[in-house]
Amino acid sequence: MVKRPANVVVLGATKGMGRALARRMAERGDRLFLLGRELDELRRSASDLQSRSTVHHDVGVAVCDLERLETFDAALDQAEAALGSLDVVVVTAGQFATQDRLEQDPELAHRLLTVNFANTVTFCERARRRLLARGGGTLCVFSSVAGERGRKRVVLYGAAKAGLSGYLEGLDHRYRAEGLVTVCVKPGFVTTSMTEGLPRPPFAGHPDAVAKRVLAAIDRGKSVVYAPPMWALVMFIIRLLPRFVMRRLDF
Amino acid sequence: MLSGWGRVPVVQGAELRSEDLARLTEDLPLTRGLGRAYGDAALPAPSDRLVAGTTLADRILSFDPETAVLTAEAGLSLDELCRVFLPRGFFTPVSPGTRFVTLGGMVACDVHGKNHHREGTLGSHVLSLTIRTGTGDVVRCSAKEHDDLFRATIGGMGLTGAILDVTLRLVRVPSTSILEECERVHDIDQSLDALKSASARWPMTAGWIDCLASGRHLGRGVVFRGRWAEPHEVPPSPRSQPRNLTVPFDIPGWVLTEPAVRVFNALIYWRYRARHPSAIVHPNTFLYPLDAVAHWTRLYGSRGFTQYQCVLPDSSGREAVARFLTVLTRRGGASFLTVIKDCGAEGIGLLSFPRPGISIAVDLPMRRHNTQSLVDALNEVVIAEGGRVYLAKDALTRPEHFRAMEPRLDAFLAVRRKWDPERRIRSAQSVRLFGW
Repeated sequence: MVKRPANVVVLGATKGMGRALARRMAERGDRLFLLGRELDELRRSASDLQSRSTVHHDVGVAVCDLERLETFDAALDQAEAALGSLDVVVVTAGQFATQDRLEQDPELAHRLLTVNFANTVTFCERARRRLLARGGGTLCVFSSVAGERGRKRVVLYGAAKAGLSGYLEGLDHRYRAEGLVTVCVKPGFVTTSMTEGLPRPPFAGHPDAVAKRVLAAIDRGKSVVYAPPMWALVMFIIRLLPRFVMRRLDF
Repeated sequence: MLSGWGRVPVVQGAELRSEDLARLTEDLPLTRGLGRAYGDAALPAPSDRLVAGTTLADRILSFDPETAVLTAEAGLSLDELCRVFLPRGFFTPVSPGTRFVTLGGMVACDVHGKNHHREGTLGSHVLSLTIRTGTGDVVRCSAKEHDDLFRATIGGMGLTGAILDVTLRLVRVPSTSILEECERVHDIDQSLDALKSASARWPMTAGWIDCLASGRHLGRGVVFRGRWAEPHEVPPSPRSQPRNLTVPFDIPGWVLTEPAVRVFNALIYWRYRARHPSAIVHPNTFLYPLDAVAHWTRLYGSRGFTQYQCVLPDSSGREAVARFLTVLTRRGGASFLTVIKDCGAEGIGLLSFPRPGISIAVDLPMRRHNTQSLVDALNEVVIAEGGRVYLAKDALTRPEHFRAMEPRLDAFLAVRRKWDPERRIRSAQSVRLFGW
C-alpha cells in the first residue's frame, strides 16, 4: 500500500499513458516531479499538471534522457531534493518502431534495444537503490505484452520488453520483503502517438483507461497488470500456442 | 477515409496525431479537432491526404483563478475543460450544443450558444491565440497584436493557419447546476415571441420547433430558458447527468421517413405538456442533450445527413422565418430536429456566423438526388432575406451562393492571402467555396 498523497517521480509524463497517469495522480493530490528529454515539453506538462492538481505545489522538472546514462543520477537528485523523499517512481518512457523499420535501420534497432532494455534497467537500478535506502517504495515500469512471446511483428521490440519484464519480476521477488514493490505494466495496443498510423486491432485501449488501472495496481501493490484487461486473456492464449502455430500466424 | 460529423462527404485521407502540435503542423495543410464540423470543414482538400489531428495536444498551460484567464493547447476538449473547471466554479463563457469539441475548433468556428443574445460568440472572450501560419511562422495575435490575423482566425475555419494555443477568459458560475424552464408554444409567431421575451430576461434560451406541423401549427414547439442555479436552489443531491445511450448501428434509411419524423416530432411536442415547467438540471442535460446519445448520427443511416443552419436578419422581419419553413416543408425537408435561436450582435470574426436575427438549424438526411437542390433552394431564400449560412455545418453550399451571402468575404480572403501567400493552408470546404 502506498501512503497518500505520495511523492511521485515520472519518467515519460509528457506523452501518452504517462501523461494520463500523471494527470490522475495530480488530480487526487499526489506531488509530482517530471523527468524527460525536452525541457520545454516538461515545463508545458508541469503547467498542465499544476493546473489540474487539487493541492498547491510546484511540479518540478529535470532533464533525463534514457539515451544518456549520465543524466540519470542528476535528475533523480533534483527530484529527491524537490520532493523531500520518493514514494513512487514511474517509468513510461521508451522507444517504438515497427519490425520492418528496425530491420532496415540497424542503428535504430541497436538504439531501441539499448534504451528499452539496458538503459531502462540501469535507470530502474538507480531508482531502486534510492527507494530501498528510505525503506522501500513502489517502482512502476511500463513493459509490454510484446514481451510475452516471440512474435513476427515485434521480434526486436518484443525481445527488449521480454528482458525488461524478466528483470522486473526478479526485482519483485528479491526486494518485496524489504519494502520495494515492483509493478510491471503490460499494455496491449493503446491508441497513443506511439501507435499512431498503425492498424488498430480489436481491444485497442485508451490511455486514460490504462492509467486508471495502473493507478489501482500501484495503490494495491499488484506486481503485474495488463491493460486493457482483455489482453490478459489474449496473452494467456498466445502463451499456450505451440510453436508450429505461432510460426504460421502473421502476428 | 475521413468524414465530418454528418458522415458525408467521405474523402480519401487520414488524420495524423501527435502531442507536439507545433511540430506536426509544420507541413500539414489543415488541422482537425474532434471532427464535429458536420460537412467538409475539417476534411483535406482533394489535392491533400493528411490533416493534423489536434486532440493529443490538450495541455492546460496556465490558469489564474483571480482573473479566470485560461491558456491551453488547441486540442483541449470542452468536455475536459468542464470536468476540470466546473467543480471549481468556472465555466466556458460560450458553449456550443456539444461538449465534444476542441478549443481550437471552437475558435475556428467562432461558436455560439444559448447565451448568444447576451455573451456573443466565443471570439469575444478570446484574449489571444498562437498560430502557425501558412508561411510556417508561429505568430501570437490578439486584438492589439496582428489584429487582422486575430479577427480572420476567429470564425476563419482554420484557414489562416493552425491554431496552437488559445487564451480565453472563463466565467464564474454560482453552482454546478442549471435552472431550466420550458414553455410549449403553438405556432411560429408564439415561438418567436416566447423566444424574444425569454431572452429579455434569461441568460440562456433556445427553441425547438416541429417543422413538419403545417398550416396553423407551423412552427409549434418548445422554448427552453435557463440560468445557473443559485447555491440555495440546488437540492442536496443534485440531479445526475443524463444517462448515456448509444445508437449501436446504422438505422436503415427507410426508417426515418417523413411520417416517422412527423410522429416523433409530435411525440416530443406532446411530451412537454405534462412536464414540470421548472427544474434544476445538470448542465449536460440543458446544454448538451444530444451528447447523451452516442453515435446519434447513425439514426440517419449509412448515407448520412447534412445539417443546414442559417441566420435570418431581424431586418427581414419575422415572416422570413415562416417563409423559410414553408419552403423547407414544401420541398420535403423532413428535419428530425429543428432548433431556433435569437442571435445578438455580430462578433469580431471576419467570417463569424451569427448576426442579429433568428438562427434556424435543421437536419437534412441525404437523399439520392434532392438534397443538393433543397440546399440550393434554402440558400436562395436566405440570400433573398439577407441572411447567411454557418460554415461549421455546411457541406453543399455553392460558391456563388456563399459569395452572395458574404459581403465580408473579400476582406477575409485578403488577410488569408497576406498570411499565406503560397496558399498552403486549405480544406475541402475552402477549395469548394473559395477555390483554394
